[in-house]
Amino acid sequence: MMRMKSTDYKALSVSIVLLLIAICLPWIVGDFALTLAVNMAMFTVLATSWALFSGPTHYISLATAAFFGLGAYTMGLGVDHLPFWLLVILAGLFGAIMAGIIGLATLRLSGVYFVIFTLGLAEMTRQIITYIQNATGQKGILISIWFEESTFYWMLVALAALIFLVGWLIGRSRLGFALRIIGDDEEVARHSGINTALSKVLLFMIPGSVAAMSGAIIAPRYGYIEPLIAFTPMLSFQVVIMALLGGTGRLWGPLAGVIPFSILWELISASFPNQTTLLLGLSFLIIVYLLPQGFVGLLLKIRAKIGDGRGY
Amino acid sequence: MSDHRTVLSLQGVTKRFGGLIAVNDLDFDVAEHEVLGLIGPNGSGKSTTMNLISGALSVSEGEIALRGQVISDLPPHKIARRGVARTFQLVRMLPSMSVMENVMAGGVFGHRRRWGRDAERQVMKMLELVGLDRRANARPSELTYIDTKRVELARVLVGDPKVLLLDEWLAGLNPTELEEGIALVKQLRDEGRTIVLVEHVMDAIRSLCDRCVVMSSGQKIAEGATEQVLSDPEVIRAYLGEDDA
Amino acid sequence: MGILITGLLLGGTYALIAMGLNLQYGMSRIMNLANGEILVAGGFAAFWFWTAGSLSPLLTIFILAPVAFVVNWLIYVIILRPLVKRARSRGQLEVDAILTTFGLSFVAVGIMLATFGGDYFSYSYLLSPVELWSETYALNRILAFVAAVIICGALYLWLNISRAGMSIRAIAVSPDSSRLVGIDVPKLAALAFALGGAVTAVGGALISTFLTLDASTGVIFTLKALVIVIMGGVGDVRGTIVAALLLGVLETFVARLIDPGLTLAAAYLLFILILLFRPQGLFGRRQS
Repeated sequence: MMRMKSTDYKALSVSIVLLLIAICLPWIVGDFALTLAVNMAMFTVLATSWALFSGPTHYISLATAAFFGLGAYTMGLGVDHLPFWLLVILAGLFGAIMAGIIGLATLRLSGVYFVIFTLGLAEMTRQIITYIQNATGQKGILISIWFEESTFYWMLVALAALIFLVGWLIGRSRLGFALRIIGDDEEVARHSGINTALSKVLLFMIPGSVAAMSGAIIAPRYGYIEPLIAFTPMLSFQVVIMALLGGTGRLWGPLAGVIPFSILWELISASFPNQTTLLLGLSFLIIVYLLPQGFVGLLLKIRAKIGDGRGY
Repeated sequence: MSDHRTVLSLQGVTKRFGGLIAVNDLDFDVAEHEVLGLIGPNGSGKSTTMNLISGALSVSEGEIALRGQVISDLPPHKIARRGVARTFQLVRMLPSMSVMENVMAGGVFGHRRRWGRDAERQVMKMLELVGLDRRANARPSELTYIDTKRVELARVLVGDPKVLLLDEWLAGLNPTELEEGIALVKQLRDEGRTIVLVEHVMDAIRSLCDRCVVMSSGQKIAEGATEQVLSDPEVIRAYLGEDDA
Repeated sequence: MGILITGLLLGGTYALIAMGLNLQYGMSRIMNLANGEILVAGGFAAFWFWTAGSLSPLLTIFILAPVAFVVNWLIYVIILRPLVKRARSRGQLEVDAILTTFGLSFVAVGIMLATFGGDYFSYSYLLSPVELWSETYALNRILAFVAAVIICGALYLWLNISRAGMSIRAIAVSPDSSRLVGIDVPKLAALAFALGGAVTAVGGALISTFLTLDASTGVIFTLKALVIVIMGGVGDVRGTIVAALLLGVLETFVARLIDPGLTLAAAYLLFILILLFRPQGLFGRRQS
């Protein structure tokens, strides 16, 4: 459980090969595919970090857009004063702090309160920022730096690799074990000496921080940010769907949801731009009724069946 | 009353639910290496008392102390870390985890905090003790009822607690299983563990408990050596007032 | 004074919407996040009947209520009941219900966008000013408030007096024991869900007389209704009404004195305070 086993080494080498392929992608594919790849990398970052928290705890967080917007605004407001990389780190810090505060207020209560709270969080933050901008007579923020598309891509891939590493380490740590126990039975967890509230808050800080960093990294790509761009509520839902579609039972699960859904989303919004909401809705229903454990669950089930077949 | 051998002590413990008094001014001490039976008819407040000791419920009045330190104002996880471990009236397994991990859950965060090889070794030792070492990789859903009870026992033992709270741990077992179960708890007693057990099965109470505290309607009505308490006329009356006496 | 009355008028309509959600969550145990879309659909129906047939929204609600009742009943029986049946725990049902009703809400928005487009909808109905205590208010707001009071009152009486109403309240308290005393829980849960949907749709029709709606505003109303239900206490009719009036007044204060764009932020402030200090609701008893 805690030592490196042969399967661990195998998983590690596969991951490294996949990472190398991902890194080489910009030299292989064309411009259009690269744009799609940037989106995929971003959603991989967001969905994987989302699943780190929501997978074991079963708390559905819809706060991604709020953290993302926070990060984008950190970049927008600071870009003329501080170096880019420092702002990314700062954004991560702010995201973690905000997640900590939200977590302390809501995570000791049942999951419903948490969902409701996070559902409106992006909208509330957007209203407040709009109000402040109106009060100061500002409309949006121009971001004066600019990167090549491939640079955005590599930054996000690096962040994704970092999250996979963190997720893998958490999975082997006491905190990871504690969260699995909490997910199974919170009462047993408490009586086994686990500070359940603290564990959940600590873990929630990861997606908060990561989403804020992604927002900061991506902000220059927009060039100009205003509340409606930075706090787009769709983002939170897309992340939930991709993570659940892939499955949260494995670290790589969300990735299995990100790739097909990003492509589908691209196709639908290109040909039927008004029907993206319908797509979101149907995806939710498909997840609940047909793929409750996501693609990961489906795969494990098939594998188990094949295993059974061999047994007879 | 609290001499150096006292491990757990309850003083004036009262629990109210709205207007209902579930536990009323309860006092008792548990000495080191002692098996104390907490008995009484249904609804007399035994399980509530267990929940108060483990922190699942908070006391309305009074104090619970572990080796002289008050624990009744602590949250459950801190009480567990001080060395109070409990089983649940209805067995609670962690369904997504193996037997080994189910047991390990009790030994990583609680009183003794082990991790890695050290934890695995201790888990295997406990599984051996309860006779489940061969099923370490099984899932809880593949286990028989008594085996899930064994897993739960191993889970509370693995943290090396100062006090074990067994809440009707023997309930629902068939006669053969019951015999095995009693033998297992006896073994724990012989190892010198300190145990509080809530139990209905008279045979188990007779053969396991050094002393008994009898509760009725939230109050202590008798306390003393097991045989003596069980022949107390008031205790008999309290039990006969019930159908399944 | 003017703000207070405007706020109370708004709060009355909020009470109706929240009552619909509370019936659904408290009684049938489904946290319906598509509640706001039902409201918007109700508003659209009122708009359509008014512009196409000049039918007064006050009459529309008599057509709307039974239709919404049947639609919601079907949604419960076909889509949600299988989830209730397969759920192994309360927690699992909660997660499933949240995801499903989110799905339904997006599907509803998608359908409404496709049929009505993304424009704002508003119409002038009974705009004539009414003077109360030397301040003027639009007649439509007052009428909506009166209608809301009548419906809330009728619901309250029904829940407290009729056999079906009492059974529904019993389910809210304890589904398992209700089954033991011979209450047909699945049937009444469906009834509560359908009734909640009908109440919400009627609330939407009333609100559309004085607020502008568009296909995607539903979620804002869902949020407000949720905040009210949690503030008032799940399953608590009296608490819901008090909480709704409170929210109506607070929102009107914020809109008039600070900025109309901050109404949701105001609702949130209230929500945070409730979560921190009285998570069991205004009148709820703290459980350990």
